[in-house]
Amino acid sequence: MSRENVLHKVRTALGRCAGQAVENPPPVRLTVPEAGIEARIAVFFECIEALAGKTYRAQSLEEARAYVETVMAGRKAVASNAAILRECGATALAGVESGITDGAHLRELSAYAACGITGADYALADTGTLVMLASPQEARLISLLPPVHIAIVERKRLLTGLDELLSILPRPADQTSSMVLITGPSRTADIEQILVRGVHGPGEIHVVVV
Amino acid sequence: MADPKLQLAVFAATGRLMEKRRKAVNAQVCPDYQELRTQAHAVKRHTIENLDHYLEVFERNVTAHGGQVIFCKDATEVADFVLGLAKARIARLIVKSKSMTTEEIDLNERLEHHQLEAVETDLGEYLIQLAHERPYHIVAPALHKTKEQVADLLTERLGVPRETVIEKQTMIARAVLREKFLAADIGISGANFLVADSGAIVLVENEGNARLTTSAPKIHIAIAGIEKMIPRAQDLGVFLKLLGRSATGQPLTVYTSFLSGPRRGAEIDGPDEFYVVLLDNGRTKVLADRGKRQSLYCIRCGACLNHCPVYRKIGGHSFPWVYSGPIGAILTPQFLGVNHEPGLPFASSLCGACAEVCPVKIDIPKILLDLRSDVKKTEEREGTNRVERLAFRVWAWVMRHPRLYEMAGMAAASLAPSGNGGGWVRNVPWGIRVPPLDAWLSQRDLPSAPTKSFRQLWRERR
Repeated sequence: MSRENVLHKVRTALGRCAGQAVENPPPVRLTVPEAGIEARIAVFFECIEALAGKTYRAQSLEEARAYVETVMAGRKAVASNAAILRECGATALAGVESGITDGAHLRELSAYAACGITGADYALADTGTLVMLASPQEARLISLLPPVHIAIVERKRLLTGLDELLSILPRPADQTSSMVLITGPSRTADIEQILVRGVHGPGEIHVVVV
Repeated sequence: MADPKLQLAVFAATGRLMEKRRKAVNAQVCPDYQELRTQAHAVKRHTIENLDHYLEVFERNVTAHGGQVIFCKDATEVADFVLGLAKARIARLIVKSKSMTTEEIDLNERLEHHQLEAVETDLGEYLIQLAHERPYHIVAPALHKTKEQVADLLTERLGVPRETVIEKQTMIARAVLREKFLAADIGISGANFLVADSGAIVLVENEGNARLTTSAPKIHIAIAGIEKMIPRAQDLGVFLKLLGRSATGQPLTVYTSFLSGPRRGAEIDGPDEFYVVLLDNGRTKVLADRGKRQSLYCIRCGACLNHCPVYRKIGGHSFPWVYSGPIGAILTPQFLGVNHEPGLPFASSLCGACAEVCPVKIDIPKILLDLRSDVKKTEEREGTNRVERLAFRVWAWVMRHPRLYEMAGMAAASLAPSGNGGGWVRNVPWGIRVPPLDAWLSQRDLPSAPTKSFRQLWRERR
């Protein structure tokens, strides 16, 4: 449509010509603090709990699976294809559907499941955030459609914060079409500024660190 | 202003947002807040000064990821593009996540005119759409609605039994909108940031409606102003920290989506088609003014609204366009022309609170002054407001002549009515209420004239 028109107006306004060189932008500002794993886990859990998320520290894969089973409490769940879920046995639990590679099928299941079970590519300690990259292992809708989201995070995936994530993944688009940061349960305060959880996404979030 | 309950509600709501921001930028929890602002300003400045370059880089990278960029000069072009695509894909239902840019171009009305159903999915925005209103606040569109009003609205428009519990109202909306998400053909979002080096758009939200809008339908269209650009994904370290804190006091919002292109290869879900509409709609006009160009650095956090004594008193619907508050007062005249609402740049006490809280350090008071000067220049050129201009010219002349000024002061004091309400003249006599003054005095009391002028006191006490 108006590609040339708009670009021309931008250049005229700025007094620039097509293809004119650009100075370097200001240097990137990222600060990655030093923090041991125990400190990171403590801050991570504190942040999630402050947002009314649930946390659990599993000493073993079995403990992680047992926690998932407790949260499910006999309800139906959809699990992603993340390796950790298979390894811990969560995908073999009764009522869990997993191994789905077809988008339409996955969407159907997620729309009716009570729980969505996923891994997390990374987690950010200082904000209590899960980082989810869309891939053949992780679908977008499992962490979004069911009212309960359970995420199992390997402790080596726990970073200090957003700046560390961006220094490890300077261009997330090289790896995935969708990177989503999840910080606590879905919420709104659009009516009289009263907080309500679970408006569109999950109202309940459980984070297990193994 | 005629509704004291609404006025109180707006004052309280903005006050709470101020408090949340204050806690989130406090030196204990965010020690580098000021450095982040400085960096954000520098990055925005660099990007805007070289915008053509970054637009092209962005376009190249979106295309490389299988998406498409569409440049549009105005509202009509955007509507034409969306309508054309909807027609080609036989689409009927569109879900939308909150976007001020689409408010700016009245996209919903244009689509509905062509029998497309466009549903807003952010809770506040959905309520506003049901009520056929305009957002009251950039960040909290339904800030002015009480739960009783929401109850009436839901009953009237959806035919559900009246419900006044906010949690239950929210769940009613969730159920209705969930059906829409799963049935929608197209999802339309805005973009908080356009990331040039990644060809990505970034969306921040708390509800999850933007994630659903961009993940569930087969087609995703993002509509954004050209000024939303940042050069690198790594710049998000600065901008995301500032945006959440300034808007709602959150270090990060619940969801931050970084989206580049349609579903790739073996990825399981996500849209099959991805379009980014880059909108001019007056932005290049703003860009052409070197002094006011920085208006385009805005990241739409809404902090200037919450901190503005004028906004807090008069509310969002008193402003003439979709952007309200201080940022609206500088954007509206630049987008629509200073003649559109010439009083707007004057509706400010220039207290500077907006500039103090702006996360990208836009000098709003200075731009307001520049706009005032633009309005005056236009008035002189067009010969409007003659009486006022003449009055100020006389005033300026008298001010430059101390003796004359003193005499005028004495004359005015002797003519002034005496106070009838604790040092204030509550009912100004009709003799003084001549046309230009009358409108002003009808809303205000006049202080009683002092018995001695400042000059007299000065001479006596020296």
